[in-house]
Order: sequence, then C-alpha cells, then structure tokens
Amino acid sequence: MSTTEWRREDRLPHIYCSGCGNGTVINCTLAAVDEMGWKREETVFLSGIGCSSRAPGYINTDSLHTTHGRALAFATGVKLARPDLHVVVFTGDGDLAAIGGNHFIHACRRNLDVTVVCMNNQIYGMTGGQGSPTTPPGAISTTTPYGSSEPAFDLTELAIAAGANYVARWTSYHVKELTKAIVEGLQTPGLAFIEVRTQCPTNYGRSNKMREVSDMIEYLRSHAMLVPKYNRLIAEGKPIPEGTFTVGELIRRNRPAMGVRP
Amino acid sequence: MSRTEFMQGNVACAEGALAAGCRFFGGYPITPSTEIAETMARRLPKAGGVFISMEDELGSIAAVIGAAWTGARAMTATSGPGFSLMMENIGYAAMTETPCVIVNVQRGGPSTGQPTRAAQGDMLQCRFGSHGDYSTIALAPNSVQEMFDLTVKAFNLADRFRVPTFLMADEIIGHMRERITIPDRVEITRPAPLLEGKLPFEAGDDRVPGFAPFGSGRAIHVTGLTHDERGYPDTTDPEAHERLVRRLVAKVESARREIADYEVVNPDAGMVFVTYGAPSRTVQQVIHDHPDEEIGHLRLRAVWPFPEFALDEFPDATVFLMPEMNMGQISREVERHVGQPVVPIPKLGGDLHTPAELLRAMEAYR
Repeated sequence: MSTTEWRREDRLPHIYCSGCGNGTVINCTLAAVDEMGWKREETVFLSGIGCSSRAPGYINTDSLHTTHGRALAFATGVKLARPDLHVVVFTGDGDLAAIGGNHFIHACRRNLDVTVVCMNNQIYGMTGGQGSPTTPPGAISTTTPYGSSEPAFDLTELAIAAGANYVARWTSYHVKELTKAIVEGLQTPGLAFIEVRTQCPTNYGRSNKMREVSDMIEYLRSHAMLVPKYNRLIAEGKPIPEGTFTVGELIRRNRPAMGVRP
Repeated sequence: MSRTEFMQGNVACAEGALAAGCRFFGGYPITPSTEIAETMARRLPKAGGVFISMEDELGSIAAVIGAAWTGARAMTATSGPGFSLMMENIGYAAMTETPCVIVNVQRGGPSTGQPTRAAQGDMLQCRFGSHGDYSTIALAPNSVQEMFDLTVKAFNLADRFRVPTFLMADEIIGHMRERITIPDRVEITRPAPLLEGKLPFEAGDDRVPGFAPFGSGRAIHVTGLTHDERGYPDTTDPEAHERLVRRLVAKVESARREIADYEVVNPDAGMVFVTYGAPSRTVQQVIHDHPDEEIGHLRLRAVWPFPEFALDEFPDATVFLMPEMNMGQISREVERHVGQPVVPIPKLGGDLHTPAELLRAMEAYR
C-alpha cells in the first residue's frame, strides 16, 4: 500500500511542529482512502481553520480550505450538488466544537454522507495554545493559566445524540485501529465521525507536565480504554481511573442519509 | 414562446434563477425574502436541483460556495440580519473567486429593525462588508420584470468575473406584484474553463482565471489564505499578497464599462435625479407628471462597480438629487466624482418617497 500519489509533495515542508500528531492522522486517512480504492479525481477533502485544517492542502485532490468552523456547511453544498464525489472533512476541536458546533449538530442530524475526522488535541494550537471546549478541567493553557474551570465536551456523545450513523474514537497512538475505523467510516452511508485524540507537545504538553512527545503518546495509550472493558467495569460497579476515555466503535446504525452516492 | 404573467417580485427572482440554470439554493427563512426560498423549495427538486434549508445564514452561503465549486449555479437569498451573518464567507468567496449569487431583499436596519418594511441600507455593506480589500458586483432591480432579468444577469456576471454578485432588491420590489414577461430562454454565459497548462489562479489579460470545478481532475487547492497562482498558501510574501488583492479588485473595477447598466432620461437637464431600485419609481412618476419640465434621471441597474462615467451623460447638470432609502450611502459615491452639488434625499421608515417630497426637494434648487 502506498499513499504517495495522494500527497502534494510540492507543498513540503509542512507547517506542523515536530512531534505533532496530525501527520499520523493524515497518513491513516490516506491509507484508508487508498484501501477503499477511491480515485483522486472523485475525492474532495475539506476543512475549516486551525492546525488540523491545513491537512487538505497536503493532499493531491480537489480541496477546500474554508472558514473557521464552517467546513461541514461547505461540505453540505459540495456533497448535495455532486453526490457522486467522495467527501472527507478534516477538523479540530476548536473548529468543530466551538465555532462550528451548530454545523456539526445539523450535519449529524441530516446524516450527510461525509466522513469527519476530528483531530482533538484539546487546545487551540494554531493561535498558540488557548483553552478550547475540549480542554480538560484543570489543564493549563494560555487562557486558562490557573487551570481550566469548564467541563470538556465529549464530541462523540454529541455526534451520537445528533444522529450520526457511525461514531468512533481512537488516538494518534492507535494507528492500525484508527485506519480501520476510518475505513469503516468511509464505507458507512451517512455521517461518520471519527474523533482522534492527538498529541500537541508544543502547545499542550509543554504546559501540562508532558514536555516530551513520548510523554504525550504514553498518556494517550495509557488513558485509552476499549469500549467493552469500560462497559464491563461500569457494569461491575468498579471505579474508572481519572482521565480515562473510551476508544473503539461507539455507534453504528443505518438511519436514512443525505447525499449518498447514487 | 415567452409568457406574460402577473407575479410577485420575489417569485420572479426565483424564476429568473431557474431560467438561468441555478440548480442549488441554500437558505434560511427571513422576512422579506422568504418567498424566494419557498419558490425554490417547490421548483428546484422538479428541475433536477437541490434546495436545502440550512441551520443559519453562515451555513447558507457556505453551502452555496461549496456547491459553486462543483460547477453548479448556486444562490442564496436573505435580508439584513442574515446578510450581516454572511459577510465572512462573502469575503471568502471573493478571495477564492467563487461565482455565486446573493440576493438581499433589503429591510429597515440596523439590527432586527423593520422586518416587513423596505430600505436600501445595505448598499455599502454589499461593497465593503467583509474585511480586507476586494470588489464585488451589485445590481438593483426596480420592477418585478427586473427581479427576473437582473437575477439572470447576476449569474452571468458572477460566472464571467468569478465574483460573488449581489441582487440588491428591497421589500417594495420583492413584494410588489406586476406584469412580467418571461422569455422561453435566456442568454447564459458560463465561466471560462481552466485551460491545460494554466495554473488554477493564473489570470490572463482580463485578470479572471479559468475555472475547473471539483471533479474535473485538476486537483485544485482552494483556500481563503493569501495564495499563489497554484492556489497554495503564501501568507508572508508582501508581493504575493499585493499582487493577489490588486488583481481581485482590478478584475471588477477595470471592467466597469462592461458591467455598467443604467438608464438615461433627459440628458440635457440641469436638475438630475440619480437613483437605483424602488425610489426610481417615484422619479419616473414625477417626470411623467411634469412633461413640460426638463428633469434628468440616471437610473443605475448596476450600482457596483460604480459607473462614474454615467454621470457624464448629463453635461449640463447643475445639481444631482439622490433619493435613497438610506441616509445617503450612494450619494457619497456620486459626490466623489462630480463638482456639482449632490443632494441626498434620505427616506427612512419603509415608505417610498412621494412625488410631493421630490418636488419639494427640487424647489430648493430651481
């Protein structure tokens, strides 16, 4: 398997910081798209604004790098006007959960036939590390210098409640599982939402006692819990360790979808 | 065979869009533009097109731009508050050179203002409302017939210049019912295609790059960031930014004569009304009622880019009188171009100027 032909190599070097998790997510997405056998000329990548949203610029297909938070609204136009095109949206936690929350809800409700890959690094990276709606309580950022005092948004729960047909969460550590989940998402008619917890050593780790990239990767590995294990612990009334988040497929269903390829 | 009907302005706008080949409408209900969305909702699916009621106006214009990049003729319609919400993505459409049509059936503002009353308060917003320098095209209909004709024209101009194009109507024209003749076919100009060997944002002498919609195999990157001719971000080179922004402005401004669309009545007159949209109807009434007086009238159907040379059609003008349903937004533009006095005749509140009001204004300069 090679994803070389999907890359815009004349855009290199990329803008990502060393140790950033976004490159891993792009690689997994391209591997999944390649596994689907999609043609480049039939595939469109879209994004909003932020580190994650620079991804389409590095992919050698038609790509629409839009305004902050609005990628899914743009994607609605692309997909409904040309349902025969495959549409993948890259977004981040600030882009999707804050400024783009309304479009996210309604794209899930409509079950628009697109796959949304959200690189959740729990911080506004592009602007230098401000607290986002997914910054965990207590975490330090430039706008939460005394620790975040707000609860963090679980975007997968939002997607499930709003009606998305496929929802999964993995991390940039779980490369094989993530690629497989994206393939599942690409195959599922309707909106597929894949949250990827990614490391941002530059703007998140540095302020939160994870100075090394490996510290952050280890955090993601050790705090990720498979959905069946999580459910078993809950059923048995056992305690869930602090900071744990579930990984795996969170929902798969077959509600009517919009903009499905004819 | 053309057909003659009695129709509402907003419905005529939708019919014009359909005749022009519009096949995507993304909108959000807002008075007094809603009949356009309602007509499109009823008619588009039967014409093989897509109607979608988006979650807000930010989403409406975003969906329209997305659809436009697939090559579809795409449109939205709104009014003041919704128009304000669209501003960021209108700048995005200007920066990415996306052909699309935005209808604004203007109502009284600021803010929620007067939802059911007419105004022309968004005439500067449609030109300057998004941040940064760019240029746009704005047409102003004054009849139900022109709601149809100028909607068709707006699509052609949007495609010709790859620029967001505005139909700046108002509540009076949008809700008025008049006789209209709908031709069986209309002239359609599509964007010039992106030629082999040309870069996606590389323009020729007319400064308008060729267009390759998504799915045509050209792998085009579209971004609102300052970009080079390949479409790739180039955000720190001062020359790259200046070159791009100057081209975006010049491609419209240098085509002012091509875009210009205006009507001249009594060019030898000393006293000259300059109007666009609904207030022109009152001026037409005044001229009709006073056939013995020489009253000049310049009626702009295209307001932006501003055709300053149209003012030269009145070589003997001593004064330009400007009835507008705002505090004088376009009169300032006229003032920039002429030495004679320019007299704004503002009318706020939603009522059209009466002939008596215009006659009173004329008295002062007789």
